[in-house]
Amino acid sequence: MSAEFDITETLDVQGESCPMPVVKTKNAIDDLGDGDVLEVLATDSGSMSDIDGWAASTGGVELLDQVEGGDVYKHYVRKTE
Amino acid sequence: MSTDTPDASVDDAPSDAADGDAPSRAELAARVEELEAQVAAATTDEGDDGKKMSIIATKGTLDMAYPPLILASTAAAFGYEVTVFHTFWGLDILHEERSTDLKLSSVGNPNMPVPNAVGALPGMDRVTTSMMEKKIADNDTATIEELIETSLEMGVEFQACQMTIELMDYDEDDFFDGVTTGVGAATAVQDMAEADIQLLV
Repeated sequence: MSAEFDITETLDVQGESCPMPVVKTKNAIDDLGDGDVLEVLATDSGSMSDIDGWAASTGGVELLDQVEGGDVYKHYVRKTE
Repeated sequence: MSTDTPDASVDDAPSDAADGDAPSRAELAARVEELEAQVAAATTDEGDDGKKMSIIATKGTLDMAYPPLILASTAAAFGYEVTVFHTFWGLDILHEERSTDLKLSSVGNPNMPVPNAVGALPGMDRVTTSMMEKKIADNDTATIEELIETSLEMGVEFQACQMTIELMDYDEDDFFDGVTTGVGAATAVQDMAEADIQLLV
């Protein structure tokens, strides 16, 4: 699945709850370059909807994929320009 | 009398009509161009990424301190320019010492696990606050201090109402570094007028 893109960096926010997954994703994306892909590992089930909503209304990011597997929710966000 | 009045209005009418004819086609074209430019400028302003959010935080209980901070940091992540104006008990959220000791009221909330009559007993606020603090820690929910530090790093502007600082007998140095003091209601109204989202918490 994730073979379609290369992961530049992984952000681990497992155990953290709202609003930290979105806030830390935004900060991590700020530190990346155009085209880079951030993988976010979260245990907050609200992160599926939250990161989706954040990516949809924020410029400069593209949500590539969201994977729900076991207890961990994985999000893949590309920084665009 | 009755004949004079209609005469007067008849006299006025032609002169109004004459004024109405005055602008030439060229003048009207220039006016249209000017208005089009104004519309374009207004539209461009809105199209900018200059989204703003203004929150007024008036409560200082542990439960009511969270919503403004969570919304402020999240809106900052969305790219909003966020201002939180803290007044009355909301000031305690920004107070470096008092923010670590915010309490939950054990009365006035029927959802509390204790009846109001019991909640009113001395020391009960301490008990319910401890229960809440334990839940926050167990659930890995961010602390008030973490949310303030994170928000400040993301550019959220926290304002402490000057009138309430004096009313509560606080000192401007009592607040977290980066908190703006010396502001009043007019600043808040101006922020709200410019904001896309305004909230009173």
